[in-house]
Amino acid sequence: MNEEYGKIIGITHSIKRKARSLFSEVPLLGWLFGMLIAVILERYVGEALAESLGLSKIPMLFGVVMMLKNPLMIPSTVLYLFTIFVLPISVVARLISGPANRVAAKLLDLPILISVIIHIGLLYAVLYLWSEASAYRVLTLKLTLIAVILTLSLNVVNGYMGEFSCSHPGFMALGAYAASVFTVVLFVDDKLFGHALLPAALAPFMFPIALIIGGIVAAFGALVIAIPSFRTRGDYLAIISLAFMFIVKSMIENLEVVGGPRGLSSQPDLASLPTVFIWTVACIWVTNNFVRSTMGKALNAVRDDEVAANAMTVNTRRTKITAFLFAAFWAGVAGGLFAHVLRYVNPGTFGLQKLAEVLAMVYFGGLNSVYGSIVGGVSLSMLGEALRPLEIFKWIIIPLLLILIMIYRPTGLVAFKEFNVGKLVMPKNKSDQRKSDGAASG
Amino acid sequence: MALLRVEKMSHEFGGLRAVNNYSLEIEKGQIRGLIGPNGAGKTTIFNLITGIYKPTEGEIYLEGKKITGLPPNQIASHGLGRTFQNMQLWRHMSVLEHVKMARYSRITYGLFGAFFGTAKRQREEEEIEEMAYSLLKMVGIAHLAGQIILNLPYGAQRRVEIARALATEPKVLFLDEPTAGMNPEELIQMMEIVRKVHKNLGLAIFLIEHRLKVVMELCEIIQTLNFGQVIAEGTPEEIQNDPKVIDAYLGKGTVI
Ligand SMILES: Nc1ncnc2c1ncn2[C@@H]1O[C@H](COP(=O)(O)OP(=O)(O)OP(=O)(O)O)[C@@H](O)[C@H]1O
Ligand SMILES: [Mg+2]
Repeated sequence: MNEEYGKIIGITHSIKRKARSLFSEVPLLGWLFGMLIAVILERYVGEALAESLGLSKIPMLFGVVMMLKNPLMIPSTVLYLFTIFVLPISVVARLISGPANRVAAKLLDLPILISVIIHIGLLYAVLYLWSEASAYRVLTLKLTLIAVILTLSLNVVNGYMGEFSCSHPGFMALGAYAASVFTVVLFVDDKLFGHALLPAALAPFMFPIALIIGGIVAAFGALVIAIPSFRTRGDYLAIISLAFMFIVKSMIENLEVVGGPRGLSSQPDLASLPTVFIWTVACIWVTNNFVRSTMGKALNAVRDDEVAANAMTVNTRRTKITAFLFAAFWAGVAGGLFAHVLRYVNPGTFGLQKLAEVLAMVYFGGLNSVYGSIVGGVSLSMLGEALRPLEIFKWIIIPLLLILIMIYRPTGLVAFKEFNVGKLVMPKNKSDQRKSDGAASG
Repeated sequence: MALLRVEKMSHEFGGLRAVNNYSLEIEKGQIRGLIGPNGAGKTTIFNLITGIYKPTEGEIYLEGKKITGLPPNQIASHGLGRTFQNMQLWRHMSVLEHVKMARYSRITYGLFGAFFGTAKRQREEEEIEEMAYSLLKMVGIAHLAGQIILNLPYGAQRRVEIARALATEPKVLFLDEPTAGMNPEELIQMMEIVRKVHKNLGLAIFLIEHRLKVVMELCEIIQTLNFGQVIAEGTPEEIQNDPKVIDAYLGKGTVI
């Protein structure tokens, strides 16, 4: 028994090692290209393949829903996923790794920004083509990207700074309502706010302003929490921020101007996929810049030993308040995007359940890590969506998963890992790496 | 004028008078020692001068400017750098990051630079890094720059603390038992580091030590503290032969 078990482990290990060596030289560029081929493939032959496999339509979220609804469909769904995604991606990525490495190396001769933009462009193309298959995919994708912003910004406080903040749904609500009021007043004929003040054609240009206003309003809310919480040492933040979340919620419920508990609707359709994508990229970029600077590292110093940080000239109070307002700003932006994606918000959305979701994403993905927040935000919102047919059982499976993570990786999946863009876009084979050495150190 | 002057400083914890009527003058470039039995109030004096506690009574002047009651980060940027008796390092940060962090108050790229990664920030971070490396070299741990603190041996951690304190560009460096828990070999290395730092940077050093051998060798003037009160002050020879010191300190069986 034991021997057999050992053998199996041995085999899986050697397969893993082989797979790793097979793909170890594939640069990010190669993977993105492989994915591009896969989504194009799905676009042209997806439907036909699904039909021939006996599936009613192409699996929207990697077939989880189909498999859960009808276990008999598992083989065909898996076959579909393998033919459309796994096989093309791995084959293309492997075949193209040589040229991809050379291109990646060449790109690094130019300023690194160009290489980064090309990678992001490719990623966008992949997401766009994938999501085009249905409105459902577009919606899920947008909400996933928003979840990444929320997770990352909360990670700044709960991970990087090591405090425990519970007010993120509150900040989100402030951002959502502030941005909504702004766009509805300006661009929509509405029962609550009367005629539109500006022509609708201007709306897309004003939308960034709406989001920034949402962020700033949220940051003001954060200031209300920060001033009493960071005055003295001690764990007041968790309680004050939780109270804040409830206060914001009941305040909006009682504010008839914005629809009270019924909510606020008729937001103009401004949160297109590229808009949400760009804001998410901006959030990741700015946050990653921040946490990798010495000023941002001060958050870690405050978390690990505040007295020492203070004695090393760090203005700990200002550091904490800044980080907290920064996080709130992005939560506000996320709220603004959220409101314009759904084009309807009500105060009930921004309660304990939302808090639980965001906290789960932060702790699942990994503390103190931009990677972690991306992983946590994407995986849990996709999972949450995919497990929807399970209804109530979803709320057993997800917490169970969290508990397992907490046991085996107490700080989350990819905690304490630097998100080094320069390394990410580098060629992955030795010879091309050497050529572009130094160029990518940024 | 003395570089650092403490006038009649006292401090109470609840009812306990941990420091009583303490005065001090440190000149530029001087190495001073502070000795005394356990619980005498040595660390408390460091914490008072560096702003972690506010003295109940008394005043502190650095280069003639009053710094009493300022927050610790401001006192540190005015020129008082320190290490901690029980080492207070940031457990998830690398050695290099520790030293860079101590340049915090001198960073000029601001939040804008931090958020948007401006060229100015790039330049400044590089300068800080270069300086951090030179300090790490001075204390002999440049090769450990990329290591996370947790992976470091004890002696190296002590050196990180010193390099970090030096990065604040102190006028007076406060060392709280830098050789605590070290074996004789490490102890000699640490003494060499203190001498080297003193010589290279020309700063004043205020040293708390349990091992008399160390203070006797390094310090020009030594204060002896007992129950929060200075009971003797003088050169190593004077201290060694002072009956009050022998009584309070040496008499308790401490090995010289
Ligand atoms: N934060 C505090 N609150 C209450 N009492 C304190 C505090 N810090 C120190 N004390 C007390 O003040 C006295 C002096 O302590 P201190 O740590 O300054 O001694 P020390 O001379 O540094 O001793 P050691 O050689 O053991 O480091 C002790 O009696 C200690 O218990
Ligand atoms: Mg002490």
